[in-house]
Amino acid sequence: MRARVLIRPKAGILDPQGEAVQRALPALGFAGVTNVHVGRLVELDVEDPAQLESMCERLLANPLVEDYEIVLAG
Amino acid sequence: MKFGVLRFPGSCDEVDALGAARRVADAELLWHGDRDLKGADAIVVPGGFSYGDYLRAGAIARFAPVMESVIDFAEDGGLVLGICNGFQVLCEARLLPGALLGNANRRFTFRQVGLEVLNSGGSFTQGCALGQRLSIPAKHSWGRYHAEEETLAAMDRAGQIVLRYADGENFNGSVHEIAGVSNERGNVFGLMPHPEHAVDELTGGSTDGLKIFESMRLTVEGAHV
Repeated sequence: MRARVLIRPKAGILDPQGEAVQRALPALGFAGVTNVHVGRLVELDVEDPAQLESMCERLLANPLVEDYEIVLAG
Repeated sequence: MKFGVLRFPGSCDEVDALGAARRVADAELLWHGDRDLKGADAIVVPGGFSYGDYLRAGAIARFAPVMESVIDFAEDGGLVLGICNGFQVLCEARLLPGALLGNANRRFTFRQVGLEVLNSGGSFTQGCALGQRLSIPAKHSWGRYHAEEETLAAMDRAGQIVLRYADGENFNGSVHEIAGVSNERGNVFGLMPHPEHAVDELTGGSTDGLKIFESMRLTVEGAHV
């Protein structure tokens, strides 16, 4: 099964990449953009999607500083 | 007394760490794929970009075969020093609390930094005076130390916040100006600046880094008396 894991900085933790992008957009004429955060996307085919949670906890994300979201493509 | 210095694919400071360790004791390189610590009395996890820093700095190295032995060694009370990428590896391995995030200045930064010793009673800083200022180079992109406030309070009470950046020196934006921390037991220590590069006035800006290696030697040899 195809799965996507979205990993983003936890709310409240300084995200310098997100801030840099947020500052760059108005410079290109895109107004009204707020709350920009930059994370990572991991795409993978898995035989047992029940293992994804454990994969995220142990390797794909660092739960101390990152939130993750598992999206199954069906 | 013998230091074991780990070498991962992508390590780049292991030879300097070996050289620094050899100024105070014997030292030997330990390959990441080998579980044998070869009788080392203390372990150094060096700086660099282990496994390319893929996914997160230290995330892959933390599962290297040699790290299984290092984790057992640490749990038995052995001294483990993590420098820069090594600090990241030890945090990923949960041998140390917290995590290291991208520098607040968003840049790879290389500069001499002033550090202040907050705990001079521990295994890695017993050769320093309380409040002593050390001058040691730092060079990294991912050095912003982070831990939850509750964790930080407990660490503070237990004396685990060993080194802080001196006023005006916290270029990476670390929480509470933290530069180096130990575990609760005090036998595992990580810091972002590079003591192994500060062992000769000519190239390191000071010889303050030797104090860390010398403290470890004193700890190991004291334990054998």
